[in-house]
Amino acid sequence: MSASTAVLRAESRLFSREPFTLFWIVAFPTILLVILGLIPSFRDPDPSLGGQRVIDLYVPVNVLLAMIMAGIQALPPVLSGYRERGILRRMSTTPVRPASLLAAQIVLHFATAVGSALLVIAVGRIAFGVALPGQVPGYLLALLLAALSALALGAAVTAVTPTVRATTVVGMLVFFPAMFLAGLWVPVQAMPDVLRRVVEYFPFGAASQALDQAAGGAWPDWTHLGVTAAWAIVLIAAAVRWFRWQ
Amino acid sequence: MSIIEVNGLRKVYGGRPAVDGVTFAVEEGEIFGILGSNGAGKTTTVECLEGLRRPDGGAVRVAGLDPRTDRAELTGILGVQLQESELQEKLTVREALELYSAFYPNPADWRELAERLGITGKLTTRFGKLSGGQKQRLFIALALIGRPRIVVLDELTTGLDPRARRDTWTLIEEVRASGVTVVLVTHFMEEAQRLCDRIAVFKQGRVAALDTPTGLILRSAGGTVLSFTPSRPLGEDDLADLPGAATIERRDGRLTVHGTDATVNAVISLLARRQITAERLRVTDATLDDAFLELTEDVEN
Repeated sequence: MSASTAVLRAESRLFSREPFTLFWIVAFPTILLVILGLIPSFRDPDPSLGGQRVIDLYVPVNVLLAMIMAGIQALPPVLSGYRERGILRRMSTTPVRPASLLAAQIVLHFATAVGSALLVIAVGRIAFGVALPGQVPGYLLALLLAALSALALGAAVTAVTPTVRATTVVGMLVFFPAMFLAGLWVPVQAMPDVLRRVVEYFPFGAASQALDQAAGGAWPDWTHLGVTAAWAIVLIAAAVRWFRWQ
Repeated sequence: MSIIEVNGLRKVYGGRPAVDGVTFAVEEGEIFGILGSNGAGKTTTVECLEGLRRPDGGAVRVAGLDPRTDRAELTGILGVQLQESELQEKLTVREALELYSAFYPNPADWRELAERLGITGKLTTRFGKLSGGQKQRLFIALALIGRPRIVVLDELTTGLDPRARRDTWTLIEEVRASGVTVVLVTHFMEEAQRLCDRIAVFKQGRVAALDTPTGLILRSAGGTVLSFTPSRPLGEDDLADLPGAATIERRDGRLTVHGTDATVNAVISLLARRQITAERLRVTDATLDDAFLELTEDVEN
């Protein structure tokens, strides 16, 4: 077994021992979708939304919520804790680079977030008859970019904060605006024009538009994909630039 | 050829030198001790050997490698136990041993190491639930798991009970017998005296002395300790010109003289001349503790 495989295996065992983390990433977005879906008026077509139902809009929102939970809520304290408790330092004295530990955690959070997104889509389809995404490759691309920017944002938060406590505080400060941008309070498509134009240039706002377009069957606007990708690149660069190993 | 060479090593934190011109060499197959008070620069020095810190000056070579630039090669031959580090809270002892085994091309048998360190009964226990001593033993196992040529152990037996401490010493002696070079950072004089072939005593970022444990003791001024209760009081004048006497203490009528063999002879002939009986006469060698305290004091003055 190669060293990286061993690291990934050990870290996935550790990940499976964190029931609360798993709840927030995997279960919470779907539970929230179900709660919203139980409100009768949300299941009626709304002329002001171009005939879509509110619940239709909330499937992409909860898909993004899974990404945000994994990337901003769950990931940063883990990475920060590994640094603060000297785990990265201990590992850097072995032939295996401590980066493989961070990579394993990022991969696991990514995979779990994608799993959670699929669960949201499946429950939306089965319980509330929300149509499956019409433009599957476009949807997957938007999903991938959204996940990347969420994980990169979490990594950047870890990079600029010295302790677990600071990471948690800054993570929270980023978490709520991220949920707003994703459209958790008001779906981006239902926002007033001016607000929507602004939100579209932020990480989850652009992703929300891209997912919504792909869900409707069209290839997502390159502007939205580009904005999401650009944020991911900037945040990854920031995380790499400022991350401290000890 | 020396397996570790440190030449004029310097490391500055916030304008204050933590390590200031440290030079020493460790020979292959020896147990080399680094002794010193808190903040003397011991840990900083070994962290430079491990490649965890970049020296501000001087040169460090470990098996001919530069610890900063030849990381890949160095980590394969150097086993490390850090003073302050942890493992993942929910990783079990067995998983930790298996994980670290996978890092090395030709690892030692972790079951055997666990057995030797007495943690076989804890294999399914999570790291966070281990006692301080159990964590320490796991870290020693992890330092040895890659069959290193050199191990650096920072505060080897801190947190171990006396029996576990002695078992660990035996283990380290066996590790050395198999040809491994050991660098031992310690506060613990008994440990240094028992295990080390040579000791560097660190003082305020410098090497204050470097010798064998016996050499350090002999070199200190009060290497021989003579104590007795004189049957009649001895005058100050009689004691004033004892050859080689470093210190003379009086306590409850008992005299303790730190000096050399010449001091002992002088005291005995003095007593004979005065026809004084020395009750409960004891002549002992000073311990490393005494030597250490004396060496440490010198620099502070």
